[in-house]
Amino acid sequence: MTGTILTPGSRVGAETMEKAARGRSLWDDARRRLLRNKAAVGGMIVLGLLVLAAIIGPYFTPYAYDQINKDHVWAPPLTQGHLLGADSLGRDLLARLLTGLRVSLAIGLVATSVSLIIGVAWGAMAGYLGGRIDEIMMRVVDVLYSLPFIFFVILLMVTFGSNIILIFVAIGAVEWLTMSRIVRGQTLSLKHKEFVEAARAAGLGDGGIIAKHIIPNLLGPVVVYVTLTIPAVILAESFLSFLGLGVQPPMASLGTLIANGAQDMELAWWLLVFPSLTMVVTLMSFNFIGDGLRDAIDPKDR
Amino acid sequence: MLRFIGRRLLIAIPTLFLVITVAFFMMRAAPGSPFDGDRKLSPEIEANVMAKYGMDRPLHEQYGAYLAGVVQGDLGPSLKYKDKTVLQILQENYRVSLTLGLSSIILATVIGVSLGVLAALRQNQTTDYVVMTIAILGVCIPTFVTAPVLVLVIASKLGWLPSAGWNGGALTNLILPIVVLTLPQVAIISRLTRAGMVEVLRSNYIRTARAKGLPENRIVRRHALRAAILPLVSYLGPAAAGLITGSLVVEKIFNLPGLGKFFVISALQRDYTVVMGMVIFYAALILILNLIADLLHAVLDPRVRLS
Repeated sequence: MTGTILTPGSRVGAETMEKAARGRSLWDDARRRLLRNKAAVGGMIVLGLLVLAAIIGPYFTPYAYDQINKDHVWAPPLTQGHLLGADSLGRDLLARLLTGLRVSLAIGLVATSVSLIIGVAWGAMAGYLGGRIDEIMMRVVDVLYSLPFIFFVILLMVTFGSNIILIFVAIGAVEWLTMSRIVRGQTLSLKHKEFVEAARAAGLGDGGIIAKHIIPNLLGPVVVYVTLTIPAVILAESFLSFLGLGVQPPMASLGTLIANGAQDMELAWWLLVFPSLTMVVTLMSFNFIGDGLRDAIDPKDR
Repeated sequence: MLRFIGRRLLIAIPTLFLVITVAFFMMRAAPGSPFDGDRKLSPEIEANVMAKYGMDRPLHEQYGAYLAGVVQGDLGPSLKYKDKTVLQILQENYRVSLTLGLSSIILATVIGVSLGVLAALRQNQTTDYVVMTIAILGVCIPTFVTAPVLVLVIASKLGWLPSAGWNGGALTNLILPIVVLTLPQVAIISRLTRAGMVEVLRSNYIRTARAKGLPENRIVRRHALRAAILPLVSYLGPAAAGLITGSLVVEKIFNLPGLGKFFVISALQRDYTVVMGMVIFYAALILILNLIADLLHAVLDPRVRLS
């Protein structure tokens, strides 16, 4: 508090009040804290560059990602116009890497959205409706939690063949469980707040309250969890690709590139090293951003 | 306590049932059959083979027969490996996976807890930052990157350790796979331990212990660690799942004759019974570990028992 003594009707008072009212919202506060976090800012910059490279990069490489060139087989980096070298079919690694990054990021984004939609809807419904329905819905989550999920994803890939849409759905369907738990917990604490009561008094139905009042207020923890889910999804996809069940050639993802690189590493180290580095840097920037966001939005540990 | 165990068991059994059901129908929905070999079987022979394994009957009957078998501990014969039952295959191959998994989880716990405690005691000092950096790296560098990179550097270039193979479980063959499996777990465990420790060290009863004049060493070991380790106990189930997932990669890269390698191959070959057997085995393993985790939790934390 400032030392100024405020008398009713004074201009100083009015200005102070106005300043305070404009003041800092919770989100302002969070943004300020986030921008002070060097790791998070670094993560955002690196991720920004990676996303940019993934989106426009493939248009600027001298070769296409699936262009086979038998004179360039195993070309080392910086030779024959291959900045990062070429693979066993003479395909340009840079072009493949950018395409693979694009595919991996896209899978991360789409599968996370799938998990977001299922998780938020499920969790908000369970938390809001409460009682028996809540109990049954959360028991379902408990049961699903204790399944060895990767096996089901593998079975799914084997059963229906590995097409890219299925990868999205399968991974998204696996990752929604934690999301629904977080959302349910938040909803439980939100639903007894006055503004929800007010909305009900004004005649809004359950669906409207969930959509207009509960979900917008869940945003904080959900955003944090989303930034941590994307790298988990990218990892899961790469894992499948590594086992040969994910993205199929000539299409590339970071996982397939690493898998191919691991096969050929004795002959061509660059095929393993560059995709691995890209993968690690991508995952790290997501994790730094996620951790930074958590500290910023939910500053419990400060 | 008994009621607590009973309730947990009541969840575990339907879960296992669900696993079996979903896996069964998913496997059968897959195109292709275990008998699609290189040579096309003549229709009569194929019909005979199908009849031999009861696969000519309607699906729901097969499902019923399979369930009845499982309840009696019979997982059926393998469809690909002639003259072997699924149980035999599990028995012959579980040792590799078990050795890897157990050594990794023990190593990871010892190293992870030590690092986590160290970081928490030196909070916001260099040690803390170093440990947390290792933890972040451990989470961000997946096993399918560490494994080939270590093989390339340590096995191929330096020639210190063999790059692949089981070799009767020789220690030199085990080091790299175990390191690869352990690293990500160390990262997670040290993070969990640090978080738990930091919170506990702030609590009132630790202040009381300090006020009584207990030596710091004793406070950390007897008072703080016991409470700080609780989140770790609940991590037991997920850790097992993570190790199983990791073992799929590790067994493939290091060419180890374990269950993980078997699973993917059998799924691709449509060896229904073997895949089912493995899914059941792993699901039961994870469920049992979750159960143990719950029990340990109840033993360590009286609040859980009372609620």
